[in-house]
Amino acid sequence: MLVWILFLLCQVGAPALAQDLCQRDAPNGYKVRISLKTALGEDAYEWNQSEMFFFQATMAFAMRRHFQMETYNVDNIILCVQTSRVSFWFVVTSPDNTTMLIPKADVEKAVRMSRHRINNAFLLSDRTLEFLGIYPTLAAPVNPDTPPWLIVFGVVIGAVCVGIIALLISSLLQKRRKEKGMTEDGQDEEDMQVKGVENGINLDGTYNRGFTDDDRFTKL
Amino acid sequence: IQLKCLQVSNQDLEERIPSYEELEKLENEEAGDRPKWDNKAQYMLTIVGFCVGLGNVWRFPYLCQSHGGGAFMIPFLILLVLEGVPLLHLEFAIGQRLRKGSVGVWSAIHPYLTGIGIGSMCVSFLVSLYYNTIMAWVMWYFFNSFQETLPWSQCPVNANMTGLVSECERSSPVDYYWYRETLNTTPDIDNTGGLQWWMVLCHVSAWALLFICISRGIETTGKAVYITSTLPYAVLTIFLIRGLTLKGSLNGVKFLFTPDMNELMNPTTWLDAGAQVFYSFSLAFGGLLSFSSYNSVHNNCEQDAVIISIVNGATAVYAATVIYTIIGFRATEKFDDCISGNILTLLNTFDLPEGNVTENNYDQVLHSLNGTYPEVIQGLNLKTCDLNSFLSEGVEGTGLAFIVFTEAITKMPVSPVWSVLFFIMLFCLGLSSMFGNIEGVLVPLQDLGVFPKSWPKEAIAGTTCVLCCLVGLIFVQGSGNYWLSLFDSYGGSIPLLIIAFCEMVGVVYLYGIDRFNDDIEFMIGHKPNLFWQITWRFVSPAIMFVIFVFYFITKVQETPMYKAWNPESENFPTLEEKEYPSWIFAIIFILAGIPGLSVPLTAIYKCLRNRCCKKDNEFKQDDLNTIAKQVHLTDEATKNKPDIPETADGR
Repeated sequence: MLVWILFLLCQVGAPALAQDLCQRDAPNGYKVRISLKTALGEDAYEWNQSEMFFFQATMAFAMRRHFQMETYNVDNIILCVQTSRVSFWFVVTSPDNTTMLIPKADVEKAVRMSRHRINNAFLLSDRTLEFLGIYPTLAAPVNPDTPPWLIVFGVVIGAVCVGIIALLISSLLQKRRKEKGMTEDGQDEEDMQVKGVENGINLDGTYNRGFTDDDRFTKL
Repeated sequence: IQLKCLQVSNQDLEERIPSYEELEKLENEEAGDRPKWDNKAQYMLTIVGFCVGLGNVWRFPYLCQSHGGGAFMIPFLILLVLEGVPLLHLEFAIGQRLRKGSVGVWSAIHPYLTGIGIGSMCVSFLVSLYYNTIMAWVMWYFFNSFQETLPWSQCPVNANMTGLVSECERSSPVDYYWYRETLNTTPDIDNTGGLQWWMVLCHVSAWALLFICISRGIETTGKAVYITSTLPYAVLTIFLIRGLTLKGSLNGVKFLFTPDMNELMNPTTWLDAGAQVFYSFSLAFGGLLSFSSYNSVHNNCEQDAVIISIVNGATAVYAATVIYTIIGFRATEKFDDCISGNILTLLNTFDLPEGNVTENNYDQVLHSLNGTYPEVIQGLNLKTCDLNSFLSEGVEGTGLAFIVFTEAITKMPVSPVWSVLFFIMLFCLGLSSMFGNIEGVLVPLQDLGVFPKSWPKEAIAGTTCVLCCLVGLIFVQGSGNYWLSLFDSYGGSIPLLIIAFCEMVGVVYLYGIDRFNDDIEFMIGHKPNLFWQITWRFVSPAIMFVIFVFYFITKVQETPMYKAWNPESENFPTLEEKEYPSWIFAIIFILAGIPGLSVPLTAIYKCLRNRCCKKDNEFKQDDLNTIAKQVHLTDEATKNKPDIPETADGR
């Protein structure tokens, strides 16, 4: 009889005890907030008791992974204060003693270690599956060996240098060609130039103005 | 004006300028070593490129929006017709007629007016210095656009990886990127902050690119403008199409063009419109004069002036529309983010299911919640989201290009492509304007004989570029941004007004409006009609004078202030208004005073030199002595004087 009464008390008491352990603002508990519609939009699944069970299982897995103890089970994760936002509180009890809670710091470590797996289990991200109080570790900045802008700069400067060199070479060649042209047939060119101008035909070569009439400037 | 000094030289005006016969000969025989345009298209593209610059993209849209939107078009168009077109026609005509650069033209009209040319050269030099630094900034952003995630889209992580950099978190990633990672600004102009090596690299590459394009004068720029003048239009069209397909773009366009007729009563509107028309046409820089002088003598400069004005005005309006579609998109995104943020806060605080509060019922829900839980709502510090305030955020100058627009680009899909396109467009716009600025520096230097005649064009261009590059290193220091705004406000504003006014007065009253009319009749076949006569003689100089007086009074009355980026200031991230230190006034005087005062000072100097040497024939004698050296003489060819070589050499 006594055993029967004790058994009944346990059945009633255990959940009640569990409720005492898990409450809003529990010292060793965390609040979880899930934003399904933001993350998945139209493909959002419904959050129901099965999903809650899945969460318990995932958390148990995270605890197992962190402590490397195979004893954590779904019953060790107690959930409470569910809202339609989809947010709830949870606490973790020790597998050896169900009245003892695992300290907040240890739970945090476990969550951080398996955060990626937990997120992926629910098709969510750090932003849409929030553990309030556990800040996501920032991604390490990717530092490439050469900053990409230097590469583009190098290409542009290379092209500019090639351009400048080509310019200088072409102007040197032009100058040399001109000089050759002038020295080889200097006399002929002069006559040709003068004749050319007289006939109104423009010839190649520089028109040497030193040999023309400057009415303006010879008036004294 | 009947001063004794002036009477002497006016008689010799005909001797200083080519006569009609000489011009015809030049035209027919194509004998000359003055460069020529390969075709009319090159000339038009160069002028369009010079006039259409960064100001059309980042100054005009701001003015338009802040002065009553569509209503601003009215003063802008009126002043374009009364001020812009006449001045443009004047510069084109006088350059084409006298066939010299700015110093050459003004010293030919009257030796005492050489100061106008020198003033133009000084202004062109000062503007070139800082304008190319903006090109360097554009190149920096361009180089950094070739990454999948643009570096200004997110804040960097701080040293111990616990969070984002504080300066960035308090302001925004784009602000941080501009002020810290690009400029590395110091909190005030007194701290120089040292040279920023990455900026020095970009600065050098900007000047090197410019050198390639201008090394042989219009021979090279004429080819470059095919790209630099046309590409911006292509990119603007691409952005327009992209912009119109984005959400919220029409909000921006509506905001831009909604007319507010009350603004027309405000004199500042008319003043800003006049100043914008003036600066937008790049008048008084000397570049337009130079470019026109390479034209054939009978080129229809009247038609050109009208076409260019229309193109310039239309481009300004087109660019404004494009810019504001993108700004409208950005403002709408920010507004949506703001509202979403508030909605999320409400949902989280009250544990309401997602989707209960949307943008549509936000106000109702907030109101009802405020009724039931007022203290909680107060404690939440919800942000007020106002679309209009987002639309009018800092959308002028470098702030528009490097902060607002880059932020908008990060929100667009395939951001790197848009970023690359945008900065190529800005670079082309600026480079084509730089061609004109540098032309306004190089040609007067050649006319003044600063460089030995034996130096080839490339050497002159190279030396000038190297010199400007070195002096321009001021702008790549930590405090460079403040120096740049200083140069922009004082070097590129007041002196131009003075020079343009003197130009008009010089041509109309000293050169003689009758002679000018005859010149135009010779060049294009008919005399300029009544509109030109009235505007040249009275209307345009009057408008210039009024704008100058108002600008001068406003600038002199206000204490010069500048806006500084100071992370330690109270209102960070709002820019802190600081007063300039006292030694800046010397710099301001040099920037604004020297080009402006060069007109009277040169006149006085020449007058004194003339008087003190007491020879009326001094000018002629100078010319005689240099016959043997001069090869630019415009004169007829003869074949009948075989003994001339000896006498020319002998002298």
